[in-house]
Amino acid sequence: MFGWLERNPFFFAVGVFIVIAFAGLIEIVPDFAQASRPVAGTKPYSLLRLAGRQVYIKDSCNACHSQLIRPFKSETDRYGNYSLSGEYAYDRPFLWGSKRTGPDLHRVGNYRTSDWHANHMWDPTSVVPGSIMPAYKHMFTNVADLETAYAEALTVKKVFNVPYDKDIDGDGKVDVPLGSFEQAKKQALAEALKIAKETKREDLVKMVESGKIPEIVALIAYLNGLK
Amino acid sequence: MQSPAIEYDYTVAKWFSYLAILFGILGMGVGVLIAFQLAFPDLNYIFGQYSLFSRLRPIHTNTVAFGFTLSGIFATWYYVGQRVLKVSMKESKFLMTVGKLHFWLYFIGALLAVASLLVRYTTSKEYAQFEWPFDIVVVIVWVLWGISIFGLIGIRREKSLYISLWYYIATFLGVAMLYLFNNMEVPTYLITGMGDPLHSVSMYSGSNDALVQWWYGHNAVAFVFTVPIIAMIYYYLPKESGQPVYSYKLSLLSFWGLMFVYLWAGGHHLIYSTVPDWMQTMGSIFSIILILPSWGSALNMLLTMKGEWGQLKENPLIKFMVLASTFYMLSTLEGPIQSIKSVNALAHFTDWIPGHVHDGTLGWVGFMIIAALMHMAPRFYKREIYSKKLLEAQFWLQTTGIVLYFSSMWIAGITQGMMWRAVDQYGNLAYSFIDTVTVLHPYYTLRAIGGLFYLVGLFMWAYNFFKTMTASRAIEREPQFASPMAA
Ligand code: HEC
Ligand code: HEM
Repeated sequence: MFGWLERNPFFFAVGVFIVIAFAGLIEIVPDFAQASRPVAGTKPYSLLRLAGRQVYIKDSCNACHSQLIRPFKSETDRYGNYSLSGEYAYDRPFLWGSKRTGPDLHRVGNYRTSDWHANHMWDPTSVVPGSIMPAYKHMFTNVADLETAYAEALTVKKVFNVPYDKDIDGDGKVDVPLGSFEQAKKQALAEALKIAKETKREDLVKMVESGKIPEIVALIAYLNGLK
Repeated sequence: MQSPAIEYDYTVAKWFSYLAILFGILGMGVGVLIAFQLAFPDLNYIFGQYSLFSRLRPIHTNTVAFGFTLSGIFATWYYVGQRVLKVSMKESKFLMTVGKLHFWLYFIGALLAVASLLVRYTTSKEYAQFEWPFDIVVVIVWVLWGISIFGLIGIRREKSLYISLWYYIATFLGVAMLYLFNNMEVPTYLITGMGDPLHSVSMYSGSNDALVQWWYGHNAVAFVFTVPIIAMIYYYLPKESGQPVYSYKLSLLSFWGLMFVYLWAGGHHLIYSTVPDWMQTMGSIFSIILILPSWGSALNMLLTMKGEWGQLKENPLIKFMVLASTFYMLSTLEGPIQSIKSVNALAHFTDWIPGHVHDGTLGWVGFMIIAALMHMAPRFYKREIYSKKLLEAQFWLQTTGIVLYFSSMWIAGITQGMMWRAVDQYGNLAYSFIDTVTVLHPYYTLRAIGGLFYLVGLFMWAYNFFKTMTASRAIEREPQFASPMAA
């Protein structure tokens, strides 16, 4: 049979394809519906946090940081409760990372504050001597791209039914409002101003007041929400 | 069966060879830089924000995988394909055009894609960072290569497909399937008419996204760093040594075994994560089984040299290829060990993983491509290899580099893993995270030096190749070796 296959490239290729596609079919298909169900309390990202998440992705923080706490005592002691599948339900893409050059960040919002982040992102070694994390000064002047973040939120709302503008927990109130771009932007600016003030940096506050959100503020909003 | 009259056309093979050298030096130059950055963080700022570690790491991985390695694969395809099928690209204007188009589209696409990473366009998925327009270019390039493969097969004289061809075909199909499924993404601009036109959002979320990503990521390793490299060694080692492949049955078994088993093993990237348990265990088990077909191919190659070990002394190319098979055996033993759940608990997220990656990529992929190009050079240009001494020196320098690289990363990884979980007498964590970072400094430095050795070796290789092309002694006919296919 193999000799025959080797003289008939078409059937050879079909054979190879079936053999390699087999595993994917069995492994990926059955679980698809299950794993994407959100656990209680998991909500979609607000516009500002989504913009911050995009900054995190753009500067590839995931090259050095994981967001996946494994179920070992040494990890839960260090980082908090181990991660649950449903907590990632609105993560597109997932950001588990594959290398912990720096610590896990899945619950960093529980133990770091806005001003800590601002100082640390400006110059990590001034906060943690010996750190090998790079400084991200350009984030303090770059303006976060709210339009793209809004486009993403609207896309997932339309295409994947992510529950923006909905009452998720049944308390009669909308949990994560999105609305029109203008509404969403107004909301984001309000959130941003609060964070900018927490960082105690005048320049950031001024930028937000002038209607521009620096990338660092959006990023901190995202990090603060990782709990 | 003998048809000495065929004049093979190596134009496209030569072009891709130059690219392999170029991308090799670029990609590994960046690799050396980021390696030094982990030891000396001030190096992050030499080109402002464009040289930050996090910006360059994906550029390193993409340039070496999809620049260096793919160029090597294409270069060897455009050489090996003609010879084992016994047709010349000259015979078909169409295939020649497709080949050239394939080259240019690939080259321009690769440059644009790297530039896009530099200015922060990334989907964040490892080995699939490119945003959607580049994914489309990748698909077109891939289809062109497919046309070239099946086109050449369509006009072949040799009716039976040589072993190498099985592996090239599998590479083509495997990557096509994986890439398409993993890069399913929705361009946000097309849906909303707002924001950045290059931006997209993944079709899958959370654990599902992770599952698809590592099904892809693991098998990208399979179909870029393993399968096509086996294609090369099945051709170049027998050709260079004049020895027939040791066992046809073993190659059959290894090929179909590898195809079946490899795809199951992706779960080993997700052990103790939130994907279902049974899948993690399957990943573990199939990773162990994977030793069989992997060692099957490697042993088949080593046994091909049976009784001819004297060649190892005289011919540096044989040295490169024999050591490549040996490194292949090493990393296909190491990988399964890291897939055992208890070992993975220690090794995952540490430097042991890059250590493992690089004994495979530097020792196996790198050495095989280096040897393949130096085997082809005398046949491209009808000149002798410029300097075997230089090649010899390169071999030892790079081997030293690899040993420095993986041994320092083994120590670093295990040290780090042990420190993360160490507790004092009251059961509290013994070290803060930064302790586990600063302790690695000497190992990071050693690794970077090892990488530098390897990079210097690449420059020696480039020089040798260039000199062979321009200044070496001409030979009448191409060097002849007895060969299994007389190809
Ligand atoms: C070269 C690898 C590297 C990159 C890239 C990197 N980090 Fe870090 N990060 C570290 C290291 C090492 C530490 C631990 C030392 C310290 O706190 O500075 C750390 C610590 C942190 C911490 C503190 C966590 C804690 O529990 O104390 C935060 C928050 C953080 N990084 C965020 C980021 C963000 C956001 C980015 C992307 C913009 C990023 N890092 C990119 C290496 C990196
Ligand atoms: C001079 C040679 C090289 C050096 C110095 C080098 C250095 C590095 C460094 C420093 C990293 C980052 C590790 C980390 O995050 O801790 C890395 C990652 C990586 N490199 Fe290389 N590299 C070299 C050659 C190669 C080659 C030839 C290949 C493939 C053909 C390769 C493939 C990869 C891959 C796939 C990763 C990601 C590993 C992971 O995610 O665990 N490298 N390399």
